Amino acid sequence: MIRYIYANDLKHEPQLRDSMFRDRADQFKARLGWEVNVDADGYERDEYDALNPLYVIWQKPCGSHGGSMRLLPTTGRTMVNDHFKDITGGVHIESPLIWECTRFCLSRDAAPGAAAALMLAGGEVMNGFGLRHYVGVFDARMVRIYRMIGAEPDVLGTTGKGRDAISVGLWEFTPESQAKVAERAGLSPSVSRDWFEAAFGAATPQAQHRAA
Amino acid sequence: MGWLNNWTTPRSLRWRIWRHARKGNPLGYAAMTQRLDTILHGLEQADQHEALQRAIEALSAFYGVDHMVYHWVSSSGEQYGCGTYDDVWVERYLEKQYLRVDPVITGCYQRFHPVDWKRLDWSSKAARAFQKDAIEHGVGNQGFSIPIRGPNGQFALFSLSHNCTDDEWDAFTETNRRDLILVAHYFNKKALDLEPGRTPEPSQPLSPREIDAMTLLAVGYNRAQVAETLSISEHTLRVYIESARFKLGAMNTTHAVARALARGLIVV
Repeated sequence: MIRYIYANDLKHEPQLRDSMFRDRADQFKARLGWEVNVDADGYERDEYDALNPLYVIWQKPCGSHGGSMRLLPTTGRTMVNDHFKDITGGVHIESPLIWECTRFCLSRDAAPGAAAALMLAGGEVMNGFGLRHYVGVFDARMVRIYRMIGAEPDVLGTTGKGRDAISVGLWEFTPESQAKVAERAGLSPSVSRDWFEAAFGAATPQAQHRAA
Repeated sequence: MGWLNNWTTPRSLRWRIWRHARKGNPLGYAAMTQRLDTILHGLEQADQHEALQRAIEALSAFYGVDHMVYHWVSSSGEQYGCGTYDDVWVERYLEKQYLRVDPVITGCYQRFHPVDWKRLDWSSKAARAFQKDAIEHGVGNQGFSIPIRGPNGQFALFSLSHNCTDDEWDAFTETNRRDLILVAHYFNKKALDLEPGRTPEPSQPLSPREIDAMTLLAVGYNRAQVAETLSISEHTLRVYIESARFKLGAMNTTHAVARALARGLIVV
């Protein structure tokens, strides 16, 4: 299932937390060879994990991490503004309606629909919170996967070559692409909605009151 | 949540000082509804906290909601606030230390997504009693809160509340939430600027790319033409415009172009 968890709540989910940061080490350090830090616990963590980001996590039935991404509003510090302004044409991207999506990660044994489920969840966040765009930093080779699942970003540019190629791109979600992504994920929109509401609350009907 | 316990007497006095200022304001609450860009212009020009109180009253009237409230906390736990709640309710909130049980506070602190109050957890006995008391004091049965993260651990909350049906409130928030999110952030920017002893954060300047985009829009190019001229996709252009409008404190593209012209950032 999809979980939506702020960093300060990860302490309540030790198995999910440990497996997420270790899968990130496996993906970004071992497989991609990015220059990332892996700590004594085997976690890949950076300074943006310290800003209480919102993690969107595909949780496997066993309770461990199957895939994830990290969201932060662009009104605060972001990776794209700190490190990739050469790719954004020098534009400091900043709006409460644009969030940054980074560290898109899949575990080695991720289920086939995991990537699509995460993109679908990204759409839930966008609709649920009134966002207009995501700006993302991702492994350039992910573009092929994003395209396959129907959530292709608009790539602003790429830095580095081969394994080291890192791209910056933009997403918005039309209802059509949402439907396509849901199909790829093998999830009904109502299940996706239920997971979102499990994290952020379902609407409880409110009685109307007359002023005394 | 350290700051929950730090709503000390000096802070409540500060709250009262802001509120008292409004009573001497000849353009008080009954004044006619101002246009949104006029209100935002007034907010931007504000050089005293009283102007924030006037702005929030005008915003509340503009959106036609019963109440609007802004409060913030610095990393050291200092709190400030202004808004349209009745003094009696503010006093009661402080006296009863409702900050400890208010689901809006616990649901928003350290987060950054906007929250409809009816999605919060009101199930505890204390929360239900608090809600009943709030409604009896005219807060309303509906609410929407926007958490804001400022620099250096600053946290602020911008809330609206009203008395209406769920359907009416859903329609209102669906229509207005993006504008309200922007307004909340503009409000916080100004409150930060007015913090005693603080040098205002230099606002992020527009990059040459954004200036080019705004200039072409100002001379009447449509988005497709601007994108083509700048050799970027329309999607990229939308992101640049979104970003520029936020830096300019504007509500829409037309407003952003007008502000860029007024500030001399673009010349046509």
